[in-house]
Amino acid sequence: MNDKPRSATRVSILSILLCVGWCNGVSAQDEAPMPVRFGFGHAATAEEIAAWDIDVMPDGTGLPPGSGSVAEGEALYVAQCAVCHGRTGVEGPNDRLVVHAPDEAFPDAADAATWRQRTIGNYWPYATTLFDYIRRSMPQNLPGSLDDDEVYALTAYLLHLNHLLPAEARLDAESLPRVEMPARDRFVPDDRLGHREVHR
Amino acid sequence: MTDEKKKAPDSGHVTRRSALIGMAGAAGTVLARNSAGQEVQVSGTSRPHVPDDPTKVLGTWSSELGERSAFEKLKRVPSATRSSSETPLQDLHGTITPSDLHFERHHAGVPVIDPERHKLVVHGMVRRPLTFSVADLKRFPAVSRICFVECSGNLYHDAPEQTTAQLIAGMTSQSEWTGVMLSTLAREVGVNDDASWFLAEGADAAVMTRSIPRELWDEAMIVYAQNGEAVRPENGYPVRLLNPGCEGNSCVKWLRRIEFADRPFMTREETSKYTEPIRGGVARQFSLVMDARSIITYPSYPDAVERGWIEIQGIAWSGRGRISAVEVSTDDGRSWQRARLQEPVLPKAHVRFRHLWNWNGRETVIMSRAIDETGYVQPSREEWIAARGPGSGPYHRNPVTGWRVRGGGDVVYRVEEWA
Repeated sequence: MNDKPRSATRVSILSILLCVGWCNGVSAQDEAPMPVRFGFGHAATAEEIAAWDIDVMPDGTGLPPGSGSVAEGEALYVAQCAVCHGRTGVEGPNDRLVVHAPDEAFPDAADAATWRQRTIGNYWPYATTLFDYIRRSMPQNLPGSLDDDEVYALTAYLLHLNHLLPAEARLDAESLPRVEMPARDRFVPDDRLGHREVHR
Repeated sequence: MTDEKKKAPDSGHVTRRSALIGMAGAAGTVLARNSAGQEVQVSGTSRPHVPDDPTKVLGTWSSELGERSAFEKLKRVPSATRSSSETPLQDLHGTITPSDLHFERHHAGVPVIDPERHKLVVHGMVRRPLTFSVADLKRFPAVSRICFVECSGNLYHDAPEQTTAQLIAGMTSQSEWTGVMLSTLAREVGVNDDASWFLAEGADAAVMTRSIPRELWDEAMIVYAQNGEAVRPENGYPVRLLNPGCEGNSCVKWLRRIEFADRPFMTREETSKYTEPIRGGVARQFSLVMDARSIITYPSYPDAVERGWIEIQGIAWSGRGRISAVEVSTDDGRSWQRARLQEPVLPKAHVRFRHLWNWNGRETVIMSRAIDETGYVQPSREEWIAARGPGSGPYHRNPVTGWRVRGGGDVVYRVEEWA
């Protein structure tokens, strides 16, 4: 190659010209259009969906049969929850679950001290979320070990500790969504401006 | 368990300076003792056997798995509760985070999942509920995208002067992610036109759930690869959701289920946790997009610099698109100069910036601020608090970070009070 630099160059230029001409005349075929369906995967069976579809919505959609009382919940709480959340739900070491006073307010953005007060009785907007969360991931050392009656009972007890249910109450799929949470109307969807101004 | 940012490191953290000092000291010691034929241990770690002249000793042959030089001591810093760990931003040079240094945040530990048995069930408001194996997902047309993932609680507030960039903002990391577009799976199952949210659910012990609004669906991906290989266990193996530009918690890991619906599910994380009280007696919810931010990673604590030329370096990113500029101040915010941006500048991705500075040896504070393509300018702590309020909580804090360069050359974190 080194002894014929000029002809090598000529060949290269010729190749490029040929290639340009060729490409102009016959373009590569376009990729096939994406099919409406690829047909991968299999139809989800009713069993597959039922085994995992455990979410509960604010209107109660997804709540299972069963029920539990405040009293039943207290026994479960003492045995399984107090070690992380404290005997009365405020001692920790993990998240505080109970307001300090019945009228403890929603956190105030203007007051740095109030952020740490947010808990079930003043910050959780929906009682159904409590059921959903306990059932899916509590207690931390044995997640998913509580049956539905036990989850109703614990939910009832925690709402009672937060002054939102009387001591004799019992919860089920009908009554749980009707529990009115103090923070129910305190949440707004993302209202940041998405432009130059520093977002509120 | 709390999901706010760590308080103080519970373990010693490796820093650039300590690594360099350790390397220099150990290398000298090893060389001296090698001639006497002795093994040397430093800090409980075996130091490499260093020949006097590497050209006179046969090297090691090839291996099945590469590893870092024994002189490199890169480490994440786990939090006290071990539910998170942070990327050593000050030790990295590019924009891709090595996968084993990607930050972690999990709410019930890292699950062990057999990819042969893992399933993704897609159901709800769809015409054809389908179940996909990991192998099924890999058959679909694949897409790769480089973008950051950042925890929305990525600020170590009230940090002392002796704090690294890793602890200030190390819960952002960047990877090249590969997987299938959500929109491809949505076509496959035939999502109902009325569906406007989907629930993403993980297969960890938290059975993590987040509701994802329709405006994020076009860019959302179900990814199985990170930097060219399978996603790391702590980052969601075998598959995770990726919402480019959005808070890490929304990118549900170990993804096992997607349920389409016409409203949000109001899970624990999106009501009681990843929400921010704002002025007016309300809290902001579904604030998923991460605002623009930057941080200088060199020089930073615990670097020591000399007067003369210094190339200031750092990273900038925005969840709203491309970074359009990064400005650097070397006089405590009195004046700002435009930094150079390293190409490629990708949307919703870390970009590296560099700025030459001829330091006169006098004490000052250096800082950077990011500007993104929407025109948004990264705020100072004062501007942030004025806009949102001091009680707005630890999420989505993206203030300008300052580093104080002392007269002798020591660099420390410019302390800020967040309350």
